[in-house]
Amino acid sequence: MRWMWIDRFVAFESGRRAVAVKCVSRAEDHLHDNYPAYPLMPATLIIEGMAQTAGVLVGEARQFADRVVLAKVPRATFAGDVLPGDTLQYEARLERIDDAGAMTSGQVQCNGRPLGEIDIVFSHLPRETADQLGIPSHNFVFHDDFRRLLAAFGLDMSRYPTAE
Amino acid sequence: MAKSRDEIFAQVQSTLVDALGVDEDEVTEQATLTEDLGAESIDFLDIVFRLEKTFSIKIPRGELFPDDVVNNPDYVENGRFTSSGLAQLKKNMPHADFSLFEKNPTVDTMPTLFTVKTIVNYIERKLGG
Repeated sequence: MRWMWIDRFVAFESGRRAVAVKCVSRAEDHLHDNYPAYPLMPATLIIEGMAQTAGVLVGEARQFADRVVLAKVPRATFAGDVLPGDTLQYEARLERIDDAGAMTSGQVQCNGRPLGEIDIVFSHLPRETADQLGIPSHNFVFHDDFRRLLAAFGLDMSRYPTAE
Repeated sequence: MAKSRDEIFAQVQSTLVDALGVDEDEVTEQATLTEDLGAESIDFLDIVFRLEKTFSIKIPRGELFPDDVVNNPDYVENGRFTSSGLAQLKKNMPHADFSLFEKNPTVDTMPTLFTVKTIVNYIERKLGG
């Protein structure tokens, strides 16, 4: 489980909002190349951090029963650079959720100052669609490893049904 | 006070500009969501969410953009809507203009039903009660 772009949840209100932090380190491989003379966290990975914060919020709202996949990023704005040593805070709010999917709005802060806004549309991937696309029909999003990680974040995973 | 059709259109227009990243003048009543405005399947979910928020309404799944008829083998044969399929679609979409579609009611031409006007009609009916 390396593809995690949040370090810890600092607030979690089921079905409403989640706040996670990410400490940016010069030891991260991607910063060595992006860019050698000016290490800069790519905006795409900031979006990924918000997607993970919001994705867990969406998944938890329905007991981690759905295959929650990122479908669309309708809006992502950034007002500055994120550098090694900076601390990002992602705050995601659940705007809407139903059988088809969910929509979240989000704000990003860098060292306590507003950095950007990221809205995301998630889709709940039906089992039939997964079959048609030839991708795993089990819950590949909230699988056992991911659940263990969420437990490490402090979520009481015993409250939720086990993965299919 | 009830919204006028022009007010509804302006809000739908603004919603589609935000959801699809198109220019305001592209969003005419006749514009189709997929061909003219470049909407992809996932955009329909985004559009529904935004319309709900903009107009403070609840849009049940499949009510604005029905998807159950096209997936029913009793209603579609070899990519073409049967007469009962067309009748069902009309019943499910009283907010759509079928004049063009019913000349060639195929799965491929179904996106012509999903125009800006279809959305405005739907919202108008929904708000009207």
